[in-house]
Amino acid sequence: MIEISDLYKSFGDLQVLKGINLQVEKGEVLSVIGASGSGKSTLLYCINGLEPIQKGSIKVDGVEVHAKDTDLNKLRQKLGMVFQQWNSFPHLTVLENVALAPRIVRKLPKRDARDVALKQLEHVGLGDKIESYPGALSGGQQQRLAIARALAMEPEYMLFDEATSALDPELVGEVLDTMRLLAEEGMTMICVTHEMGFARDVSDRVAFFHEGLIEEIGPPKQIFGDARSERTKKFLSKIR
Amino acid sequence: MFEYNFHWRPVLKNLPDLLEAGLVTLEVASLAMVLGIVIGLALALIRLKLRGPLRWFASSWVELARNTPALFQLFFFGFGLGAFGLHLTPYAIVLAGLTFNCAGYLAENFRGGFQAIPETQIRAARSLGMTSAQAYLRIVIPQVIRIVYYPITNQMVWAVLISSLGMLVGFRELSGETQFFASRTYRIFEYFAVTAVLYYVIVKIILLVSRLLAIKLFRY
Amino acid sequence: MEQTVQFFSGFNVNDFLFLGEAAGRTLLISFVSIALGTLLGGLFGWALYEGKLFATFALAPVLDVFRSVPLIIQLVLFYNFAPIVGLRLDPFMSGVAVLTIYTAALVANVARGGIEAVGQPMRRAARSLGMTYWQDLRYVVLPIGGRAVFPSWVGVALGVMKDSALVSVLGYVELLKASQILITRTQEPFLILAFAGAFYFALSYPISLYADKLERRWAQ
Repeated sequence: MIEISDLYKSFGDLQVLKGINLQVEKGEVLSVIGASGSGKSTLLYCINGLEPIQKGSIKVDGVEVHAKDTDLNKLRQKLGMVFQQWNSFPHLTVLENVALAPRIVRKLPKRDARDVALKQLEHVGLGDKIESYPGALSGGQQQRLAIARALAMEPEYMLFDEATSALDPELVGEVLDTMRLLAEEGMTMICVTHEMGFARDVSDRVAFFHEGLIEEIGPPKQIFGDARSERTKKFLSKIR
Repeated sequence: MFEYNFHWRPVLKNLPDLLEAGLVTLEVASLAMVLGIVIGLALALIRLKLRGPLRWFASSWVELARNTPALFQLFFFGFGLGAFGLHLTPYAIVLAGLTFNCAGYLAENFRGGFQAIPETQIRAARSLGMTSAQAYLRIVIPQVIRIVYYPITNQMVWAVLISSLGMLVGFRELSGETQFFASRTYRIFEYFAVTAVLYYVIVKIILLVSRLLAIKLFRY
Repeated sequence: MEQTVQFFSGFNVNDFLFLGEAAGRTLLISFVSIALGTLLGGLFGWALYEGKLFATFALAPVLDVFRSVPLIIQLVLFYNFAPIVGLRLDPFMSGVAVLTIYTAALVANVARGGIEAVGQPMRRAARSLGMTYWQDLRYVVLPIGGRAVFPSWVGVALGVMKDSALVSVLGYVELLKASQILITRTQEPFLILAFAGAFYFALSYPISLYADKLERRWAQ
């Protein structure tokens, strides 16, 4: 379970998160929507310990992420992350991209790391590309590679930071399908997204962020059909 | 107009000596490059990551190496250190001078290389649980090496070319050896013409090896 | 009135003037060589770009030789070759001749890069407006390409300025040669080298900073 309470985060003078309270249960899929700059992506970085926080607490399975004695590298193995810019490692083959972290972080023997990588690449539909370099892949394929890379750490949670925003429109579908597949398999996911269709069809709950606060959170039916907040309604009407 | 008679025989007789001196040239240039790469990498990282006196030291090194003549740098290690009672051998003078020069230029190449790797690569690596050291060693540095590979090759050529200044501080590398024989026989033109050819061949070999190595190293 | 200001033992005002004069000679030979070499190199660069058979098979390899043989060897060779073919040149003229060709060999590549940077669409546009070939070169290629490679040209020019120190092997008393002479006489290596180094640095550093700034501004 991920428990966030009273979380504050700022970059210099700029307050980005202004008191976030949120719990994500095991097996749940949460979509986070909202305007750019509302702090959605920052939340993911804070959960992963990639950004320090100013106040509050984030606990993953009871472990405080931002405590001094927390082994972040160990904790991050539980938290897979997929970025907007897919960040594949250009100097490694597709297989090496996925097998590297299992080998050097999880300390798996070379053969096992390779097997894990192969399994996950099949999983996302890249089984026939293992010897290619990322430069030869399309954006959608590179993003699926990034998903496989994160899955190879056998994480318990997956954090998606606008995983489809940087893709050409015709490539969005294949990545969303992969995410949908993970959701169906029971992965716990937090997805920052602009894809309202995905948020409505796949999530258990949807959170609408507004200026560093959760304006409204609830089942997709409520958010998309019967929003209580005027701001939510306004945001959604603008997007459609 | 051609009253001059060319005499090539003495040069050819000394060709084995010249070739041996060519190996000395390669040795001192290679050694300076190895040291230069290690120091240059350190200087670049200091300039990118640190503040304070260490950074000031690194910046001074880089700017002095790039903005004064290589010959000046050699003289500094030759006569300049004499002011402090430190007298280096000709070999040490050339090695120190070349290393100082190469480290300075390479540091700038490395700095550019590091700046060309997006911060997000490190983030992605860290998000997979890699330590900062692992992220640098496995993700950043291999990519930097690719970027600085050709600049390093060019620097190696440059190191060979400026090692010829050894002849001005009494070091018997290829140029120094050539001068030694030339001044004994007064066949200056002939000796230096052959040496010019040898330098050309050495440079071409370096470039060829570098290109072959690149094909093996970089497949992406 | 003979008054001697003592800096350290043996170093006096006349020595200082001697160094100053030598610095002037460094500037003079650099300026003349860079100016002539740039003109010649621009011409070569244009020939390389136009890619006439002659340029590709004769000019390019010859220019490559000047970049693959140490400058000091080129200087010694030329100085000893000129009398053979009946040319009587003093050290200054010999130095200018070699440095000019050396500069031209380096500038040729820069200039070709500049012309390539302009791109065919722009040039077609110029020709479509009715400009002649020469008008296109003068009003389109020169300003646009020149701007693209100006920072590289500054790098070449500063390199030649520093390399001009090597003309000392011909007996031309430029700054470093003068320093060496004074060091032998006064035994004040540190002070004298510091002066020489500061002169080169004061010339090169601000200009290279300025070129970097231009490059960054134009890159945007």
